[in-house]
Amino acid sequence: MRKKGIAAGSLERRRGGSLVNLVLVILCLVWIVPAFGVLVTSFRDSRDIFSSGWWTVFPHRAWIKTGEVKVDPKLDLDGEISIEGKSASFAEWREGVQVSPERRLQWYGNKRTLTLVAQERKWVGFGVNLTLDNYKGVLTGGEVQYKNGNGDTITRQGNNFADAVLNSLAVAIPSTLIPILIAAFAAYAFAWMEFPGRKTLFVIVVALLVVPLQIALIPVLRDFTKLGLNGQFLAMWLAHTGFGLPLAVYLLFNYISQLPRDIFESAFLDGATPFTMFVRLVIPLSMPALASFAIFQFLWVWNDYLVALIFLGDRNRVVTSALAAMVGEKGQDWHYLTSGAFLSMILPLLVFFSLQRYFVRGLMAGSVKG
Amino acid sequence: MAKVELMKIGKVYEGNVRAVDDANITINDKEFVVFVGPSGCGKSTTLRMIAGLEDITEGDLFIDGKKVNDVPPKDRDIAMVFQNYALYPHMTVYENMAFGLKIRKLPKAEIEQRVREAARILDIEKLLERRPKQLSGGQRQRVAVGRAIVRNPKVFLFDEPLSNLDAKLRVQMRAELIELHDRLDATMIYVTHDQVEAMTMGTKIVVMRDGKVQQIGSPLYLYNHPINKFVAGFIGSPPMNFLNVKVIEEGGTVMIDEGSFKLKVANEHVALMKAYVGKEVSFGIRPEDLPYAEGGSVTNVINAKVTVVEPLGAEIHLWASTPTQPLVARVPPHHLFKIGDAVAFNPVMTKAIFFDRDTELSILPVKWDEQAN
Repeated sequence: MRKKGIAAGSLERRRGGSLVNLVLVILCLVWIVPAFGVLVTSFRDSRDIFSSGWWTVFPHRAWIKTGEVKVDPKLDLDGEISIEGKSASFAEWREGVQVSPERRLQWYGNKRTLTLVAQERKWVGFGVNLTLDNYKGVLTGGEVQYKNGNGDTITRQGNNFADAVLNSLAVAIPSTLIPILIAAFAAYAFAWMEFPGRKTLFVIVVALLVVPLQIALIPVLRDFTKLGLNGQFLAMWLAHTGFGLPLAVYLLFNYISQLPRDIFESAFLDGATPFTMFVRLVIPLSMPALASFAIFQFLWVWNDYLVALIFLGDRNRVVTSALAAMVGEKGQDWHYLTSGAFLSMILPLLVFFSLQRYFVRGLMAGSVKG
Repeated sequence: MAKVELMKIGKVYEGNVRAVDDANITINDKEFVVFVGPSGCGKSTTLRMIAGLEDITEGDLFIDGKKVNDVPPKDRDIAMVFQNYALYPHMTVYENMAFGLKIRKLPKAEIEQRVREAARILDIEKLLERRPKQLSGGQRQRVAVGRAIVRNPKVFLFDEPLSNLDAKLRVQMRAELIELHDRLDATMIYVTHDQVEAMTMGTKIVVMRDGKVQQIGSPLYLYNHPINKFVAGFIGSPPMNFLNVKVIEEGGTVMIDEGSFKLKVANEHVALMKAYVGKEVSFGIRPEDLPYAEGGSVTNVINAKVTVVEPLGAEIHLWASTPTQPLVARVPPHHLFKIGDAVAFNPVMTKAIFFDRDTELSILPVKWDEQAN
């Protein structure tokens, strides 16, 4: 009986596992396919983008023009027209008629042309027509030229995206490090140090989590205006630090307060000061929490548009502002938009993959049994 | 060199919760003292007060004659081994052992020399580059001990260091710690809830209950002369039997009467027991002092029925019951008992201990602290 129970349980688990895997695969596809489309599009020639979808870069079978067929002028074009053994009306010939599995004829233009285009089904897409021009056009600040869907050459000012990336870095890196540093100190103090008002202060910090960012925008903007900070990176650092701290303190507190008490007591007996314990024990042991918050905060700041728009404006355009400007200023410039979008994705991806092991690694394993 | 004295030490937590009450304990130099008692008896709190992890609310603590109530732990010259080892998981074994010395800013060469020496003593030299998670439980425990050894402290404190190890390893580590104590010639204070550990390791045992020190003495003294029912029941396994009996005097002989049997009180106890004639007392007898009566003598025996037989190979634990009260005997494995068998025990009355029913104190003369004058 018991054995059967175990076997049934494992079967159930396996079934549950495959269901989980299926959902995961679907989720991955939902995310990866569009992202991949953006990636492919960003490398395609501007004319191709306007005439066909990104998936046409893959080898596929398509009707390719192989020649022309002239029609006998004596044929009655108002009734059924018989060509190469197939009869069809003119309207049908205009749509194209398959005369054999591999051959199709299509009337070219109006009736008077008396010309049909012969097409054959062939494998195409092996010689990919990819280009780096889009990226050049996005990154440079100088003039760029490209051909639109009609084949007209258009000259534009470049998007100067490289500057935007640098600006974004200048905003995001300090806006990630400053709150982490402050929050780690604060979380350690809240978790392990006795001081009057500890609970009250912590409750206030947690309560700040519910304050929506939007409420604070105008008062903060007015203060920044008084201080003359608007449009400066410092303003962004302060704003993101302020908005990020409650969550950071709360997250890190949860982690740091779970570190085993024995470790701190042991260090205390060894004569370690609170600062030594912080530097030598808390920081290294909290790496998973620090890294996960760093990822959150970095991605949030990197993708933030609202705060950047308000406190930074157009003076030092960040990536999100630059992307928005691409849509706004050059409505149909898909090729630039996709390149810009992909450039803006690279860094978050790098950050995630370089820090993700901290999510996985159980750093605490082996410290305390059980 | 290190004498630790606790004078009227007490600990009261916030909310008036009393953890330790009026603890008077003297720990002499090079002694291996074990604090033992059930969970929540205040033994760990007492240890933590000695370590300096808890403030002392009442009384004075002296180390080497110096009052250290307000001396920070790092200046008390003590080292502690924690129950959960408290190893730093992100450091190698070497770094773990060197951590305290580095904080004290010892020269590098000396740190190295001390760590290597401790590693040699504990036979963990090959593990120095490993991290705690790559070690087994016993190895971790050794590293934790090593971390204390390198400090070369006056007093070692152990807080239930073996309770996370499996039974076999525990026995082995027990022996190693005893050996270590001999080798280091240091004062050690050891907290455990396991009376076997206390008996085997301690040169002196402090039995605690509900924050109060019950009795202090050498393992054998506590075993043979428990001051009250609690100490008697706590020390020893299987535990001492307690039977409720009435003291009677029949024709000038002082006897105890359980209802189903009567036993003559040993001569040396008669004088003390006379005062209790007509009163109920608790009759305490160790399982090994209950040999069964071969050939079935009828006088001076306890008649009981076997309820459980636990053959351990070298001996049998025989759980039995008089018509009203259970008892356990430790008997040689010569006779195969079956459940339900009638058995007669012939208790060694000179080893019996009698406890007052109201105070639970031993009626026989016993010292609260064996060595105290």
